[in-house]
Amino acid sequence: MPRQMQVNEPNVDWHPSATLSALRLRAKIIAKIRAFFAKNNILEVTTPLLTDKGVTDPYLKNFQVPVDDQILYLQTSPEYAMKRLLCAGSGPIYQICQAFRFGDSGTCHQPEFTMLEWYRPNFEHMQLMDEIDLLLKIVLTNQTAKRISYQDIFAQHLQINPHTIPRKQLITCVQQKVKGLQERSLIQWPHTTLLECLFSHCIQPKLGHNTPLFIYDYPEKQAALAKLRTIPHQKEAIAERFELFINGIELANGYHELTDPEIYRLRFEQDNRQRLQNKQPTMAIDHKLLRALEQGGLPTCAGVALGLDRLVMVAGGYQKISEVISL
Amino acid sequence: MTSYSTSEMRNGLKVLLNNEPCVIIENEFVKPGKGQGFNRIKLRHLKTGRIYDRTLKSGEHLQAANILEITVQYLYHDSEYWYFMNPQNFEQYQANHEIIGDTIKWLKEQDNCTMITWNGQPLTILPANFVTLQVTESEPSIKGDTVSGGTKPVQLKTGATLRVPLFIENGDWLKIDTRTGEYISRVSAPDA
Repeated sequence: MPRQMQVNEPNVDWHPSATLSALRLRAKIIAKIRAFFAKNNILEVTTPLLTDKGVTDPYLKNFQVPVDDQILYLQTSPEYAMKRLLCAGSGPIYQICQAFRFGDSGTCHQPEFTMLEWYRPNFEHMQLMDEIDLLLKIVLTNQTAKRISYQDIFAQHLQINPHTIPRKQLITCVQQKVKGLQERSLIQWPHTTLLECLFSHCIQPKLGHNTPLFIYDYPEKQAALAKLRTIPHQKEAIAERFELFINGIELANGYHELTDPEIYRLRFEQDNRQRLQNKQPTMAIDHKLLRALEQGGLPTCAGVALGLDRLVMVAGGYQKISEVISL
Repeated sequence: MTSYSTSEMRNGLKVLLNNEPCVIIENEFVKPGKGQGFNRIKLRHLKTGRIYDRTLKSGEHLQAANILEITVQYLYHDSEYWYFMNPQNFEQYQANHEIIGDTIKWLKEQDNCTMITWNGQPLTILPANFVTLQVTESEPSIKGDTVSGGTKPVQLKTGATLRVPLFIENGDWLKIDTRTGEYISRVSAPDA
C-alpha cells in the first residue's frame, strides 16, 4: 500500500523537467562531441567546480559556499583553470562541465548549466570558428555557418555604426527601438550597456534562423579576455571575439585569447572598479592564473565556451532550457 | 520599504510602477554572451487592468506594493457606497461604484467575497467563483421551441442576465460560475 502523505508535506511535482527522449538526444550529442575531440587529438580534462577565487566580471555572480571560516565559489566557467593547464604545456584541451551563475534564470538560462569549453593553441578566432562549424555539422546541420561582423550587423538592422555613433544619437536610437525603458535613467547608462541593450533586444532575436551565424570583432569595451586589434583611422580597437547564434539563441562565445599577464591584471582591476561603481562587492583576483601567465606563459591560442544545453535545445527543437535538463 | 530585484520578480508579485499598484505577469531574462543582462517585465495595473511593458537592467529594483487579499462579507449598499466587513476583526470597508465594477452583478447580502486592498484601502472586489442567486424575471417556456437551442434569457435579483435551460422558472435559485458568467445548475433555496 502506498505510504500516506503527511499533512504538512507539500504536494510537489517530482517529475524530471526533461523527457526521456530529450535526455537520449542529449546523451547522443555528448557522445558525438567526445568522439569529435578524440579524433582531433584534443585532450579531455576535468578541473574543480569548487574554487577559492570567484570571477571579477561585474555581470556574473558566483554562488558562494561557506566552508568553516572561508568562502569558496562555484565556478562560472572553467576558463581560469584551463588556461593554467595551457600555461603548463597541456596542448589542445576540452572540458564538459557544470557551470553556475547566480540569478541567471529564464527561458534559455538556468543558474546551473552544462558548458563545453575548449582551447586550441596556435589558432586565431577565425580558425576556431571553422572548427566549431565542423562540430555543428556533426551534431546539428549540414549548412555552413555564416559570418558577419558586429559593425555590419548593426548597419544591417539599425543603420548605425556601433564603433563611431555619438552618444546622444545612440540614446535616441535606444529610446526609439526598445520599449518600456525609463527614459530618464538612460542618460546614466554606460555606452556599452546601450549597445548591449540594442543588440539583445533588436538584433539577437533575428540572428541565425536559417543558418548558424557567427558575429565577430566586438567593440574594445566588450573585449572581456580577448585580444585587441587596432584598426587604421579608428580611435577604438577591435576585440577579436565572436559569438554564435542559432534561432536567436546565443550558443557560444569565443576569443582569440589575450596572452599578456599585465593586460589580464588591468582588465580584472577594471572589472573591480566597475563592481564598486555598481555597488557590488569586489572579487579577489586569481593570482594563480596571473602567476601561470607570467611564468608558464599562455601560448597564442583561441578558446570558446559553448552552452551544451542550448545546443541540445536547438538540435531537438525545444523551446525551454528546462526541457533538456533533468531538473 | 521592501523592494524586489529583477531576479526576485516572480509572476503574481505586487509592485509599484510610477507609484501605482501593479502585478507582475511575465518576466523574461535576456543576456548577451558577456555583459549587462536585461529583464523584460510585463505588469498589469491592479485598478485599471492595463498592461505595461518595462525593460529593466538586471539587478534593478521595484518597490513592493502593500497589497493584501482578504475575505470579506458583503453587508448592504446605499446610493453611493457598498459596505463590506472583515468577519475576522469586524473591520468595515466601503467601496464606490468604480471599485465594485462588474462584481455588482454577483453580490448578494451576507455572501463572502475577496477584497484586494492597497495600503488598507479597497482596490478591487472579486466575487466567489460560484454564487447562488435568485431568478426574478423569466418568460414562460414555449413547448417545442428548438430554435433557441434549448435556452432562454433570465434576469437575476442582482440585475445580471444570463441564458439558462428552458425548465428554469421565476423564483428558482441558480448556481453560477462568475468567471464565465455561465449557468451551472438549479439549486434549492439557501437557508434564510
